[in-house]
Amino acid sequence: MIELKNVTKVYKTGSTEFEALKGATFKIADGEFVAIMGPSGSGKSTLMHILGALDKPTNGTYFLDNKDVSTLTEDELADIRKNKIGFVFQSFNLLPRATVLRNVMLPLIYANVDKQERVTRAEASLMAAGLDKEHFSHLSNQLSGGQIQRVAIARALVNNPSLILADEPTGNLDTKTGEIVLATFQKLNSEQGRTIILITHEHEVAEHADRIIFIRDGEIVSDSKNSRKLIIK
Amino acid sequence: MTITDIFEETYFALSANKARSSLTVLGIVIGIGAVIVMMAIGTGATSSIKSNIQSIGSNMITVSPGTQRGVGMMVSGGRGSAKSLKLSDAEAIIAQVANVKAVSPEVSGRYQLTAKGTNTNTSVVGVTAAYAEVRSLEMDDGSFITAQNNSDTSKVAVLGPTVVEDLFGEDSDTSSVIGQIIRIKSNKTSIDVKVVGVTKAKGGTGFGSTDNQVYVPLSTAQRFLSGNQYLTGISVSAADADSTTLVQEDITTLLLSLHKITDSTKADFSTINQADIAEAASSVVNTLATLLAAVAGISLVVGGIGIMNMMLTTVTERTKEIGLRKSIGAKGKDVSIQFLVEAITLTFLGGFIGVIGGWLVSYGMTYFNITQTKVSLFSVLLAFGVSAFIGIVFGYYPARRAAKLNPIDALRYE
Repeated sequence: MIELKNVTKVYKTGSTEFEALKGATFKIADGEFVAIMGPSGSGKSTLMHILGALDKPTNGTYFLDNKDVSTLTEDELADIRKNKIGFVFQSFNLLPRATVLRNVMLPLIYANVDKQERVTRAEASLMAAGLDKEHFSHLSNQLSGGQIQRVAIARALVNNPSLILADEPTGNLDTKTGEIVLATFQKLNSEQGRTIILITHEHEVAEHADRIIFIRDGEIVSDSKNSRKLIIK
Repeated sequence: MTITDIFEETYFALSANKARSSLTVLGIVIGIGAVIVMMAIGTGATSSIKSNIQSIGSNMITVSPGTQRGVGMMVSGGRGSAKSLKLSDAEAIIAQVANVKAVSPEVSGRYQLTAKGTNTNTSVVGVTAAYAEVRSLEMDDGSFITAQNNSDTSKVAVLGPTVVEDLFGEDSDTSSVIGQIIRIKSNKTSIDVKVVGVTKAKGGTGFGSTDNQVYVPLSTAQRFLSGNQYLTGISVSAADADSTTLVQEDITTLLLSLHKITDSTKADFSTINQADIAEAASSVVNTLATLLAAVAGISLVVGGIGIMNMMLTTVTERTKEIGLRKSIGAKGKDVSIQFLVEAITLTFLGGFIGVIGGWLVSYGMTYFNITQTKVSLFSVLLAFGVSAFIGIVFGYYPARRAAKLNPIDALRYE
C-alpha cells in the first residue's frame, strides 16, 4: 500500500531552485500494476526515486505500508530498500566484473541470508526472470542488452519484495525483447500478486499496465484505469 | 553482512581490478622499502665508521715530532725536526702524567721485506710491549713483542695479516708462518728476523691500515734500521675518554719543559687527540645519516602521496558501486566497513612485502659488500605506520563520505 500526500521535490543548484515534483498525491493498492508516464524531464524519475526510498521528498508525506517513509533515518530507509523494494534501473547498474549469479546474490548478502540459500534463491530468481542457466556464470559485461535486463530484474526479485519499481525497463531493448520483459512483469503481477510500478515515456509500454498515471512538468495531469490493457500471452 | 562476507567482498573487489590493486600495493612496497633501506644504510654507515674509529684505539693521544703545523705531521717536516722525541720522553710521560694507562714509543719507517723470493715494501714499526694495548691489537697466532725482546734487542718480528698474504701467499696458514725468517732491508744494512706472531685483521682503512704493518722490538729498530735513538712517535692511551683532553695538555706541558721550550708556539712536537678525530669523523657520519634520513623522509612523503592518490581514485571510481550497493539495501556502515577492510588489506599486504623487500635489499647490500647496513626496528615501524595510516585514512574517509550520500546521488556520480 502506497500513499503519497502532496509530495514535492526541489533541487537546488547554487542559488537557482528547480521544482521537479509539484505536489503529487495518489494511492496505489497492493497487487496493482501501474505505469507512470510522462515525457523526459517531467519528474517521473524523481517520483520513482522517492517511491523507491532512494531519495527523500522535500515536502509532503509518503506512506509505505502505513509507515511514513519521509521521517525515517538512513538505516531504516536501507532496511526498506532491502526488504520491501526491488528496483530495476534504466542503466541496469550491475557490477561489471562480477558473474551473473554474484550480481543477483548481492542483495542477499545485506539481507543476511544463509550462503547456501543465496545460491538457491538467486538461481530461482534468474529462472523466473527467464535467463538460461548457461549464462549464470558469465560476467555481466559479456551479456546482451536483453540478458542484462533479465539479470537486473532477477536481482530486483531475489529478496521477494512486495513492490517492484522499474525505470524504463524496455528503454534499451528492441521491441521483441521489450515484449518479453513486459510479459515477465505481467506474470509477476498476475501470478505472484506483486505490486509493479513501471516508468516509461512510451504509450505502447504503458498500455501493458492496469492503471496509468500521467505526469507533466512535475504535476500529475491524469490518473485513470487502463481500459485497453495489452496482455501478452 | 557477516565477517566472511566482508572478506569475500574485499577479495572480490581487489581481484576484480588486479592492475589497480597491484599498483597500489607496489606504491606502498616501494615507499616502505625505500625508507627502510635508506635508514639501514645510514645506521650501518654510522656504526661501521664508529667501529673503525674504535679499532684504532680509543682514548689515544699521538705525540709526533716536528714543529706544530696542525694535523698530519707524520711526515718529517723540516731539517732536524723529526729528531726531537726520545725514549726518555716516553718514560717521563708514564712517570709524571696522571691518568695514563699505557705509553707506546714507536719508530716507524718503510723498508723492503723479502722472504723466500717474494718481497714487499711496507711499514716496519719498532714497538714496545705497550703498543698492543694502546692500539687494541689482538694476536691471531704466536705472541706480540715482549719487554724481554726489547731488552735483548731480539731479531724477531710480528706481521700484520696483509703482510703475511703479500709474503707467503693468500691462503697461507698463519701458524706455518711462525718461525719463518724474513729479511728487512734498510739503506744501511739488512737484518734477518724470525716471525714470532701474526696479528688479527682489524679491517679499518680509515687512518692507515694496521693490517699492513710489521712490528719489531723498538731497540732492534733503533739499532739496525733507523740507526739512532730518536722516536717517530709516542702513542699514549689515557685512562678514559673524559681524561684524554687533560692528559693531552699535561703531556704538552711536560714535553715543553723537558725540551726547555718556553714559547708553546715553537714546540718541536705536536699532539693529536684521537677523540678529536673520532668526533670529527662521527659528525661527518651524522651529517650523512641525517641526509639519508631526509631522503627517506621525502620518499615516505612521495610514497604517501602515491597511496593517497590511488585510494582517492579508487573510491571516486567506485562511487557508483557504492550507490548501487546502497540502493539494494546496504547500510552506510556496510559500505564503510567494506572499504576500510579493503584499505587495511592493501596497506598491510604492501607493508608486509615492503618490509621484507627492504630488509632483503639491506641484507643483500651487506652480503655483497656494497655497504654496511643495519635495519632498525624504528625505521620499520615508522615506514609501516605512516603508510598504513595514510592508506587507511585515504581509503576509508572518502568511502565513508560516499556512503553517506543519497544512493541516487552516488549512482549518478560521474
